[in-house]
Amino acid sequence: MDRTIPDLPEQFESFGEARKNGFLKVRSIKENGGRVAGIFCTFTPLEILDAAGFLPVSLCGMSDEVIPAAEAHLPKNLCPLIKSSYGFALSQKCPYTYFADLIVGETTCDGKKKMYELLGKLKNCYILHLPQSHDRDALGIWTAELRRFIAYLEENFDLEITEEKLRLAAKMRNEERRKRMQLMELMKLTPPPMKGEQLASVLEGAGFVFETADRYAKLDELRNEVSARYEAGERLVSGQAKRILVTGCPIGGVLKKTVKLLEDSGGVVVCLENCSGIKAAWQMVDENADDIIEAIAARYLKIGCSVMTPNDRRFQHLEKLIREYRVDGVVEVDLQFCTPYLVEEHSIRTRMQELGIPYLSLETDYSQSDAGQLTTRLEAFLERL
Amino acid sequence: MQYAIGIDIGSTCAKTIVMDKDGTVLRRMLQPTGWSSVDTAEAIRADLFRDGISMDDAYSVATGYGRISVPYANHCVTEITCHGRGACHIFGKDNLLIIDIGGQDTKLISVEDGAVKDFVMNDKCSAGTGRFLEIMANTLSLRPAELCELAASGGNTSISSMCTVFAESEVISLIGRGEKRENIAFAVVDSIVKKVVSQSSRIQSSADTVCLTGGLCEFSWLIRCLSEQLGKPVVSSPDCRYAGAIGAALAAKKML
Repeated sequence: MDRTIPDLPEQFESFGEARKNGFLKVRSIKENGGRVAGIFCTFTPLEILDAAGFLPVSLCGMSDEVIPAAEAHLPKNLCPLIKSSYGFALSQKCPYTYFADLIVGETTCDGKKKMYELLGKLKNCYILHLPQSHDRDALGIWTAELRRFIAYLEENFDLEITEEKLRLAAKMRNEERRKRMQLMELMKLTPPPMKGEQLASVLEGAGFVFETADRYAKLDELRNEVSARYEAGERLVSGQAKRILVTGCPIGGVLKKTVKLLEDSGGVVVCLENCSGIKAAWQMVDENADDIIEAIAARYLKIGCSVMTPNDRRFQHLEKLIREYRVDGVVEVDLQFCTPYLVEEHSIRTRMQELGIPYLSLETDYSQSDAGQLTTRLEAFLERL
Repeated sequence: MQYAIGIDIGSTCAKTIVMDKDGTVLRRMLQPTGWSSVDTAEAIRADLFRDGISMDDAYSVATGYGRISVPYANHCVTEITCHGRGACHIFGKDNLLIIDIGGQDTKLISVEDGAVKDFVMNDKCSAGTGRFLEIMANTLSLRPAELCELAASGGNTSISSMCTVFAESEVISLIGRGEKRENIAFAVVDSIVKKVVSQSSRIQSSADTVCLTGGLCEFSWLIRCLSEQLGKPVVSSPDCRYAGAIGAALAAKKML
């Protein structure tokens, strides 16, 4: 495939400093021979992109800035994450989307699936067909999809994805997942050694550190620093703070409105079950399996996302996390119009009632218009605990 | 300190309750919130001072959406907790399901053994709130209380839109079609009741009594419709508009 690097977008000069730097950074990656793959989901098999020498970067839109632009093509009644992601592509404001050699999507929720069709008209997209169940013939279908993806990459980008490269990638990704888990597991302490907001920002930020060694270092550094301070007696969180588990949709775009607000009101988010947290990190690839591609497929297929039906894995894992992190209350944060999570919410609520765990669900978007109502709900929930 | 003061700054009205150490209500105040919660909070302080009640001699708790705009309050508690406490106090009960229809929010609060067990609240939407009633009443050139009274003599009409903006156009089409005003009023109240009933299915409550708090507490037709459609007795009293402020004053009383 053509390796010429596109010019900077026309409106580059109008961008703020941070955005300009972002564009220049990604352009320099490309000038040094790097290839960028834009991804949207925890289901994207990172090992394959690693083995192909692509840099996987999350393109999930987290700001409402480009939503009006997206609404030129997309309906109003659609989840803000999808609108924002598409809006960044359309308005050429995201350097990673702009310079991506390839965008990888999966057939997850309906909104994303159909948005990818439109995105495919703007960018080079490859869509993996994800089965919608954890059992039946799902593993066979998904493994075949991954093989097909490997063949596509080899053919179109003139490269070779060897078994050796895949095994190495699996080892390295497992190592990163372990590091992420070790960091998150510090939150089992009472009081936890840091706030959930800080943890969430670091976990998200690590995704934009592109050298594997640097990424490991960033995760280790925080863990060592936090542990050392804690051992020295420093306490950033009160022992009285109510311990909250957050579950539901990806919340990168609403972190301030939810996690920060909860923590400003006297709670502490000890467990982020969402995509950017434990959901993406707790399961490993069997590095020693005979068929490494099938092992990679098996690992991703086990993710307990609400696009799966039934989605028993999410429920089982939640119960385990509630025990392990000694959780006082569960807060589900869903994005508006996210049908899979919003429908599953009723079953989660019922299960929490059966377990006797106080539960609150919030439905929100990327705007600030409901900040007051969210504050009242979160404060009242904490008062109730 | 001899006074416990509860101040509930709602989106439409500010309610103030002053209690003594024994919980006897010494003063009730109701005023429009206006455009500035801070100014309203100052006006409340000045009014109380004129009556010889000084903040220096009081512990005060603020609640309601403007709770953070009361600079002199000793602390803030959400209106959900305050309405729970206040309504239980008014009716002398420990188990209650509370329907609070406020200016911008409608909340259902389940109280068991005197503590808030669960609550649900409308999302970013004014369907089923006091604002919805106010807008529809304006469209019909009525005051909200008049609308509710008139609704009792109407029937056989419904509004299907939950969205205030769409519902308003629906009301305008009904007016254009020559529908009787009492029938449209009936449809407006019915729409609020249906919204509340649908919200109530999302909350578990073992309480045998449902109580209505907020500014619509004296609207007898609304109370009757709520009771019929919920299949449970719904009680209210003129004091229920002060439920949040009473709950806040009770929280303040503990600190005296």
